[in-house]
Amino acid sequence: MSFAWAKPYEPKNPLMKWVDERLPVPRLVYGAVGGGYPVPRNLNFFWNFGFLAGLALMIQIITGIVLAMHYYSYAAGAFDSVERIMRDVNAGWVIRYTHQNGASFFFAIIYIHIFRGLFYGSYKAPREMVWMLGVVIYLLMMATAFMGYVLPWGQMSYWGAQVITGFFSAIPVVGEPLRIFLLGGYAPDQAALTRFFSLHYLLPFIIAAVAILKIWALHIPGSSNPTGVDVKDEKDTLPFHPFYTAKDGFGVGVALLIFSIFIFFLPYSLGHPDNYVEANPLVTPAHIVPEWYFWPFYAILRSFTVDFILPAKLWGVLAMFSAVLVLFFLTWLDRSPVRSSSYRPVYKIFFWVLVADVIVLGYVGQAHITPINVALGQVASAYYFLHFLIILPLVSKFEKPLPLPNSITESVLHGEKQESAPFGLATTGATTAAPAAAE
Amino acid sequence: MATVSDTAQPVMPGEPVADAGEGKGVRRRDFINIAATSFAGVGAGVAVAPLLMQMAPSADVQALSTTEVDISKIQPGQGIKAVWRKQPVFIRNLLPAEIQKANAVSTGDLRDPQTLAERTKPGKTNWLITLGVCTHLGCVPLGIGEGENRGEYGGYFCPCHGSHYDTAARIRKGPAPKNLVVPEYSFTSDTVVQIG
Repeated sequence: MSFAWAKPYEPKNPLMKWVDERLPVPRLVYGAVGGGYPVPRNLNFFWNFGFLAGLALMIQIITGIVLAMHYYSYAAGAFDSVERIMRDVNAGWVIRYTHQNGASFFFAIIYIHIFRGLFYGSYKAPREMVWMLGVVIYLLMMATAFMGYVLPWGQMSYWGAQVITGFFSAIPVVGEPLRIFLLGGYAPDQAALTRFFSLHYLLPFIIAAVAILKIWALHIPGSSNPTGVDVKDEKDTLPFHPFYTAKDGFGVGVALLIFSIFIFFLPYSLGHPDNYVEANPLVTPAHIVPEWYFWPFYAILRSFTVDFILPAKLWGVLAMFSAVLVLFFLTWLDRSPVRSSSYRPVYKIFFWVLVADVIVLGYVGQAHITPINVALGQVASAYYFLHFLIILPLVSKFEKPLPLPNSITESVLHGEKQESAPFGLATTGATTAAPAAAE
Repeated sequence: MATVSDTAQPVMPGEPVADAGEGKGVRRRDFINIAATSFAGVGAGVAVAPLLMQMAPSADVQALSTTEVDISKIQPGQGIKAVWRKQPVFIRNLLPAEIQKANAVSTGDLRDPQTLAERTKPGKTNWLITLGVCTHLGCVPLGIGEGENRGEYGGYFCPCHGSHYDTAARIRKGPAPKNLVVPEYSFTSDTVVQIG
């Protein structure tokens, strides 16, 4: 329990009381997502995305378990089994479209969630562990998404597997033997497909476990908020239920509406038609690109074109992995004590430059390789690392932040006294705006 | 202006309260709450439907719903196993003696009373077509192949739990509750049977 005024669980129903005394799961739920978890009262809609990420994970796990009932991880039958799911299995098409587009849905949510964290300084003390567990989840998601993409055993699946495992061959000396070891062969085949299927089934449960650790770590200091100012007293918080269950519920409605547009009207808009050609080890598709959520990293990978001390291939792979790993060190790179960008005029500018830079990298990641695109990718890649390694430490040293509000309550107050009263206490002697019905 | 008190539900300051008195009538917030959760419940139900529907036999399984069998080579006293919906079907050309034996039994003595005529097609009483699936727990009974144990009643015998079926494949002894099932079938010609 994060704050002293968090309400303890007091079951009214005798059955719940009986259960709670023997197995305090109702207490756990109440304290985690119920009335017993006080949350800053000023959260905006960007705070919906943690809940949405959990929802996306559940959607992927449930649809994935169902798809695994019909999918064969057999190199000569995997492609056909996916087509059978689309044509013969009852409602198989909607389950597969949901899972396929669900990966994009999940990553879109996670990217907004990450940039929310970057904007509002969610990685700063005391939430460093929450942030780092998030980066772990992000890495696990990337591995899961990649291995899932291999399973339909189409052309993009096959060549994706070939290219991604090729990263490991960049490692000096042990690289090539390591690649062969990971694939269980000299090229992707049955052994690779079966192990990818097994791991693709396993990793989401690891993600779920890390997510539980992350929520656990989050609930010690409690949620951050748009001002970045610490919660000082009860006036600054509202119980999670009903206030944030309702707000998250509304967010879920909007998110599922957008998700449904993709599932039912644009199911192929985020995929590649080449993946509907069965895997052929003898022909590489002319234009090989990863899914959109890997584009920025693919651009960084491709930006290293000349050998410099180390081979270009190794530089590309190192830079690509570093682009994610640098996020682990954010707390120590950005030393500004002010969390929210709302009070950091200089950082705020660089934050938006970084957003633009990642979008440019994304564009380059999917574009054809032309001299202009390569140069653009090199500049954008250099800036990406410049932002984290040079700009962030300097800005946090020299920036003069704007004055912070004294409290969360003060920042949201508009002069109404009752608005500032703690939840539940306001009812004593408070007046209602609308006239009440006559007795 | 009225004082808000005795409200079971938390009330936000500034929220219009239609009836804050003795709990008469429906509060606007309660209505919205119930409407929203009901709508979400309907949505969840719709989302669950395909997740359950996928378990039912798929189109390629349904496509196996009929099987045609050529019976021209089956001599009297012989039988074959055919496959229908991935299940064995026993097709037996009964001997006159077997027909007689089956007709000699009084149906009143049977666990699942049925005459041979009810289990065959008119004019084709020598063709006994049943599923080769014991009605006890689903094993394949013996007796269709040459030299297999045909049980005490000369029909089929299930080795799993000892059910004996007579020459009309009716249950006579053992734990099975029903006669071997006669599937839907028709003679498309004198020598071809379509099962299913």
